[in-house]
Amino acid sequence: MATVRGVRRLFRIGCYATRQNPTSTAPRFLQQREFRVNGVHRQEPFDSSVEKPQFPGASAEFIEQLEFIKPNVIAGIPVYRVMDRQGQIINPSEDPQLSKEAVLNMYQKMTLLNTMDRILYESQRQGRISFYMTNYGEEGTHIGSAAALDPSDLVFGQYREAGVLMYRGFPLDMFMAQCYANCDDLGKGRQMPVHYGSKDLNFVTISSPLATQIPQAAGAAYAFKRENTNRAVICYFGEGAASEGDAHAGFNFSATLECPLIFFCRNNGYAISTPTNEQYRGDGIAARGPGYGMMSIRVDGNDVFAVYNATKEARRRAVAENQPFLIEAMTYRIGHHSTSDDSSAYRSVDEVNYWDKQDHPISRLRHYMNAHSWWSEEDERAWRKKSRKMVMEAFEKAERRLKPKVDLLFSDVYQEMTPNLEKQKDAMWKHVQQYKEHYPVDLFEK
Amino acid sequence: MAAARFLLRSASSKGAISNVNGGVHSCLGITLVKLSPGGTSCSRTQRRHNSHFTFQPDPVPTQYGPTTKMNLFQSVTSALDNTLATDPTAVIFGEDVAFGGVFRCTVGLRDKYGKDRVFNTPLCEQGIVGFGIGVAVAGATAIAEIQFADYIYPAFDQIVNEAAKYRYRSGNLFDCGNLTIRAPWGCVGHGSLYHSQSPEAFFAHCPGIKIVIPRSPVQAKGLLLSCIADQNPCIFFEPKILYRAAVEQVPTEPYTIPLSQADVLQEGSDVTLVAWGTQVHVMREVANMAQEKLGISCELIDLQTILPWDTETVCKSVVKTGRLLISHEAPITGGFAAEISSTVQEECFLNLEAPIARVCGYDTPFPHIFEPFYIPDKWKCFDAVKRMINY
Repeated sequence: MATVRGVRRLFRIGCYATRQNPTSTAPRFLQQREFRVNGVHRQEPFDSSVEKPQFPGASAEFIEQLEFIKPNVIAGIPVYRVMDRQGQIINPSEDPQLSKEAVLNMYQKMTLLNTMDRILYESQRQGRISFYMTNYGEEGTHIGSAAALDPSDLVFGQYREAGVLMYRGFPLDMFMAQCYANCDDLGKGRQMPVHYGSKDLNFVTISSPLATQIPQAAGAAYAFKRENTNRAVICYFGEGAASEGDAHAGFNFSATLECPLIFFCRNNGYAISTPTNEQYRGDGIAARGPGYGMMSIRVDGNDVFAVYNATKEARRRAVAENQPFLIEAMTYRIGHHSTSDDSSAYRSVDEVNYWDKQDHPISRLRHYMNAHSWWSEEDERAWRKKSRKMVMEAFEKAERRLKPKVDLLFSDVYQEMTPNLEKQKDAMWKHVQQYKEHYPVDLFEK
Repeated sequence: MAAARFLLRSASSKGAISNVNGGVHSCLGITLVKLSPGGTSCSRTQRRHNSHFTFQPDPVPTQYGPTTKMNLFQSVTSALDNTLATDPTAVIFGEDVAFGGVFRCTVGLRDKYGKDRVFNTPLCEQGIVGFGIGVAVAGATAIAEIQFADYIYPAFDQIVNEAAKYRYRSGNLFDCGNLTIRAPWGCVGHGSLYHSQSPEAFFAHCPGIKIVIPRSPVQAKGLLLSCIADQNPCIFFEPKILYRAAVEQVPTEPYTIPLSQADVLQEGSDVTLVAWGTQVHVMREVANMAQEKLGISCELIDLQTILPWDTETVCKSVVKTGRLLISHEAPITGGFAAEISSTVQEECFLNLEAPIARVCGYDTPFPHIFEPFYIPDKWKCFDAVKRMINY
C-alpha cells in the first residue's frame, strides 16, 4: 500500500505539471521541491551512493537470506506485576507507596462496585430493570487506572468500566437512575442500562457499538494537545472490540497524529462466548502496539498497583511527549457477559471458580491491607454492611421515582427542535390523549 | 480502492480543464488536451458526450461586501479560510488535504494556518469521521474531508450510530455539533461506479445529522459556513463537476445562508420543479425549454438542505402550481424524491392535478461508458413535464 501511495503522489505531480505547462514551468519545480522536503522529514537523508535501501516506506537494512519474521506467541510480552496473589510486594522499588487513605479508598470503591453489581444483577433477574452487566473480576483495572489519572482527563469507555465512574465519585443514585431510566437520569432515560455518562466527571457517555470510541478518543486527545492544557485521554475497550476496524483506525491515527492518549485494553479472555484463540492468533493486543509505533505494556489486571503504576507512567509520558500508550491488562471475566447470557454454556465452572477464589483483584488488595494492619475482619464486616445499606437505599429510591417526561423522546435529536419533530410530538400527544388507557402514562412525569 | 482512486484523479483533472475551457469534455489523454482544447481532432468514437448542464451564475450578491470571481473549489477554500481565521480551535483533516487536496479545495491553508490545523490523516474513512467526532466532543471545530462521497460508507457506522446520536443518547451531556464532513459528490462525466455517487438518501433516513448540497460557488460558501457554525453534525456534499465549471462573483468576507431553507430560483404557475446540486442547472434549462416549446411556466426550487428539509416552501409552491417534478441523479428506489413525493401528496392532495413525477437515476450502479444514458438529463425531465401537463 505504501508504495502504491508513493506512485500516486508522483503521478499527481506529473498531472499538475502538465496542467501548468502552457503558462510556466516554475510551479512544477516548487511542487517537486515541496515533495522532496516532505520526504526528508519522514525518512533519512537521501543518499544514493550508499548501498542501503532507499524505500520511503521503511527504514531498514538489506538482508541476503530469505527469512520470514516469526510471531512470538509462545513466550509473549511479559505480564508486569507489583504484588503476588497474597498481596506481598515483590520488588520494593516498584511499590507505588500509596498512603493508607488512598489504598482504603481504592478498596472501598472496588467493593462498593461489587456490592452494586450484586444488587443490580439480582434486580434484573427479578425483572425490575431490563438489563445489566457486572464488573466481577475487573474491578482492579478500573480503580487502579482511574486512580492514576487526573480528574480532568477525559474517559472514553466500552461498558465494563463502571469502577472508573465510581472512583471519580459518581453517586450511587445516578448509577441507579440510569439503570432504572427514571427522571433523575442524566441521559433522560434514552439508553439501555449501564450506558453511563457524566460531563462533570469527564466520562463520555457509553454507547453500544463496539470500538467506535477508539478513534473518537484519538480526536479528543488531538484537540487537547492543541489546547495545551495538560489533559490526557484514556480509552478503554475489551480484547474482542480490538478486532473491530475502528481499533485499527484509532491506534494508527493516534500514532501518526501524536495524540496524548492511553489505550487501555481489558483482556478478560472472552468476547461473550468467543475465547481469545478465536479472536486473534498474535500475542494478544499488547503485541500490536509496536506495529503502530506505539509504546506498549502488559500488566496483571488483578494487581491494582501494577495497573496503577503502568497508567501513571503512561499518563505522564503521553502528556509530556504527545504520544499514545497501550496498556493491555490481563484479567478474567468472572461474571456472565451480561444478564442476557449464561456463560456456563461455553466455559467450565472450575475455571470461573479459580479466578473468583484464588486470583481476584479485591482479595489481593485485601491481603495487602491485612499485611499492613490497615484492615481488620471487623472493618470488613462493618464496611460490607454499610455499603450494602447505601446501595439498597439508592436502589429503593430509584425504583420509586417516576420515569422522565415523555416529551424528552423528541428533544436533543438536534440541538434545536425541528418543525418536523414538533409536528410528530403534537401528533403523538393527540393520539395518546385519545387512547390513554393503552399507554403507561401514569408512570411518567407530567 | 486506492488504485481506482488514483486512476480517477488523473481523469477528473482532465475533465475539469476542459470544463474551464469551454464546458465541453474533450478526448482522453493529457497530450490531446494540450494540443486541441476544443477536441476538434478527436475521432468520432473517441468523442465525449457534451456536458449535460450549463452553469448559470446567480445575480452578484451585494449585501456581504466585496466579491471576487471564484469557482466552486475556490469558494470552498474561501469558506475554510474564513473559518480558520476566526475560530482558533478549527482544524481541517482528511486524505491528502495538506498539499491542497486532490480537488484543490484546501490549497494554501496549511501554509497560512499551520501543520497542526490542516493535516493529512491515514487512509481510513472510519478513522477520519471517528477522529472528527472526538475533536468535536472535546469542544473544537472539526472539518473532515472524505475524498469522494463514494468512500463515505466505511464511516457509515460512525456517522449513523455515533455522530447522529451523540447528543440524544447522552441527554445533551455530550455532542459533536462542531463536526462538519465535506465530500465531493455527484456525477463527473466519467467517474463510473465509485466517483459518481449521490448517497444523500442513505443519510436522509438518519435523525440527528444535517445534509446540505449547494448548486454554486456563492451557495457553497454560505451553506458551508452555516454547516460549520451549526451546532449539529453536518454532511456537506460538493458537486465535483462544478468545482471548476461553476464560476461567479463570491463575497470574500464570511456570510451564511440558512440551512433547512429551500431557495425559489424562479417563480412559475404551472409546474413546480425541485432539485439540488448540479441538477438545479439541468432543471433551469428544462424550465426554459418548457416555456419556449410548451408555453409552460415552471417554478424552480433548489432544496439545498436534504435533512431536515424545507417542506413548507415546497408544499406552498405545489399548492399554487398543482404539479410537481422532482429530479435527482441518485437511483429512484429509496431516493430522496420518494420522501418529498409522499409528503407533498399527503399535504397537497386536494391541489394535485397530476401524479407527482420523479426523474432520477436508474436502479443500477452508476456506469462508466453509459453515463449519458443513465443520468436524468434535461430531455428526460422535459418529457416528464410534457406528460404531466397533458395528464
